[in-house]
Amino acid sequence: METLMILLIGVLVSVATYLVLSRNVIRVILGTAVLSHAVHLLILTIGEVKKGEAPLLGNQTADGPYTDALPQALILTAIVISFAVTAFVLVLAFRAYKTNGTDDLEKLRGDEYD
Amino acid sequence: MRINDVILRTVVRFVVFIILTLAIYLFFAGHYSPGGGFIGGLVIASAFVLLYVTFDIEKVKKGIPVDFKKVAALGVFLAVGTGFGSVLFGVDFLTQAAKKFHIPLLGEKELGTVMLFELGVALTVVGVVMTIIVSIAEGDGD
Amino acid sequence: MTNLMAMPLVLPILMAVLLIFLRNYRYVQRVLVVVTLLVMIGMSIVLLQHVHTDGILRLDFGGWQPPFGILFVADPFAVLLVLIATIVTLFCMVYAFSSFSARYERMFAYPLMLLMLAGVNGSFLTGDIFNLFVCFEVMLLASYALIALGGRTEQLRESLKYVITNIIASWLFLVAIAFLYGTIGTLNMAHIAQRVQEVGSDPLITTIALFFLIVFALKGGLLLFFWLPGSYSVPPVPIAAMFGALLTKVGMYAIIRTFTLMFTAQPEITHQLITIMAIITLIAGSLGALAYRDIRQIAAFNVIIGVGFVLLALGANNEAAYAGAIYYMMHDMVGKAMLFLICGTMIYLTKQERYDDMSGLIRHYPLFGWMFLVVMVSLTGMPPFSGFVGKVMMGEGLVASGSYVSLAIGFGASVIILYSLLRVMLHAIFGETMIADEDKVKLPKPMLLSIVVLGAVSLYLGTSAEMVLPYVTDAARVLADPSIYIEAILGK
Repeated sequence: METLMILLIGVLVSVATYLVLSRNVIRVILGTAVLSHAVHLLILTIGEVKKGEAPLLGNQTADGPYTDALPQALILTAIVISFAVTAFVLVLAFRAYKTNGTDDLEKLRGDEYD
Repeated sequence: MRINDVILRTVVRFVVFIILTLAIYLFFAGHYSPGGGFIGGLVIASAFVLLYVTFDIEKVKKGIPVDFKKVAALGVFLAVGTGFGSVLFGVDFLTQAAKKFHIPLLGEKELGTVMLFELGVALTVVGVVMTIIVSIAEGDGD
Repeated sequence: MTNLMAMPLVLPILMAVLLIFLRNYRYVQRVLVVVTLLVMIGMSIVLLQHVHTDGILRLDFGGWQPPFGILFVADPFAVLLVLIATIVTLFCMVYAFSSFSARYERMFAYPLMLLMLAGVNGSFLTGDIFNLFVCFEVMLLASYALIALGGRTEQLRESLKYVITNIIASWLFLVAIAFLYGTIGTLNMAHIAQRVQEVGSDPLITTIALFFLIVFALKGGLLLFFWLPGSYSVPPVPIAAMFGALLTKVGMYAIIRTFTLMFTAQPEITHQLITIMAIITLIAGSLGALAYRDIRQIAAFNVIIGVGFVLLALGANNEAAYAGAIYYMMHDMVGKAMLFLICGTMIYLTKQERYDDMSGLIRHYPLFGWMFLVVMVSLTGMPPFSGFVGKVMMGEGLVASGSYVSLAIGFGASVIILYSLLRVMLHAIFGETMIADEDKVKLPKPMLLSIVVLGAVSLYLGTSAEMVLPYVTDAARVLADPSIYIEAILGK
């Protein structure tokens, strides 16, 4: 399972890298979104993917292996943050497109008199 | 030419309430099982977005006359405020308390200050999502 | 009592929310902002006294004991930076009162500035590496909004680059945290430090340390500063001043904190690398400061020189150097805020951006002209201003560890700072005046006031060094000997 996950993360990161390196702003933003999914999977994999009991106090009856709950808490936080950031960047890109009249990052370089 | 969207309009009227009910269920389920303020908030926001898609923005704004920026602000205030409450009681910041109550019809239920915190999270999510979607849809605003 | 530690994070957030509801009441907003920041300054001073007498304090959120819960740690280093950050924000705000248009004030500029301060303070105080990430993001989200606020063409253009660069950096931060958690199994900084010490020099941990170094170098402008000059020159003056004073400092703080507390096992790799990066940063920053004629670019490259200078301390790795670095960071926050405010005011007064298009400002604005002299002397590090004490202690530390190359380049860069600002001074402040008496723009009092007060703070830090030094040496002791920190968190 871990191997599969790692392979998937690799695929996601390569796709995202390709997208981030393109000239179109929307593709770059999609790339960053895919990147964040990749890192969420990475955190999940690193916390050992296995089926275990929920690590709750008062759940002493189950003496099986417990699942580490921390990676899931981290992922939840990271999802919320990446959601907020992605939403913000989308608005920003939209505004930048309207004012600058282009979504091509090459043309957003700034002129040499700056 | 206006597209014929009778089916959409009719269905949405019912579905919105089903979605809102689901959102409330998810919100309360979040205490000990999957669910919670964040997901609840997202589902509520999706119901609103469905309304915006089906009816035009002006009409929905008349129906739901709230400034979503303020909803988000209120949410943050509630969430941080519950943490602040624990300061007033002299315990560590963000300490939560819970107590079992007997509620008629529902029986023994546990209510905690986490609920208020989650409510804050839900309001924040609704506010932020709606602000962003509305501002993109209108093409201006901040 | 320990709840006082949460206040530098909580108060600005609560107040920012309140200000959103008071959107249309400009004067109420201003009064509330000033009162909040004054209260926060008072609280930080009380907290500093407390930490000085009782040692490092910790606040466990929700009562969860370390290493399981998230916690805030008030050590002297963090609290000193919180205090200075709040003071600097207060005067940037006062400056903003007279420079922001009503439109800006209605677009939530003050709430966003408060949120950014909350993120900065949280990053300083936190004792948990994931919480550090969250506080970074709070600060960055506010800064994303602030840099784009107003929506001018070049603002939107630069903000897009700034945001995307920072998203990638934050992604690397998460990757580094994931690897760290996978290797060490904890996220509490003191606990990580303890476990790393038990493991000893492990190449895996050093690799993770380098990951963190890349992240913080991107955020702090150490070598990877390509995004900095562009994005710091587009926002309005008080916001740019806050950026220049606070944002890179958080990255520098994170580097100093992680590499003195957690990743100390292989200094011959990590600390050596930081020193090399700092030296290149100093050289590149100096070249930039000399190359440009746009005064905002000169100010931005001065920020970069400051970053390089402070991080030389890690190469020396002794108490004197850390004391110098802490003192210099405090000085740098005040000095850079002042420099950005002054440069912004010069542009406001003359409508020009290049210093060779300005001339003779001192004739119409004598006090303002002298303030430029103050900031130049202060940033160069001459007595009686604050830069001097920091530079002397840093010099002692570098000599003690025998890093003469760092010493030479660090002090050489001071000469470059002097030269780059002296050029501006000779051209723009002195010389024949270019502004006719009838075209003279009035310099609003609050603008001048905030610049003068920041100059006074710099003077105070320089002349009353014996008042400030006990706290600084306290802070440096903790940095030089991480076991004090670990003991305070996990010992009880």
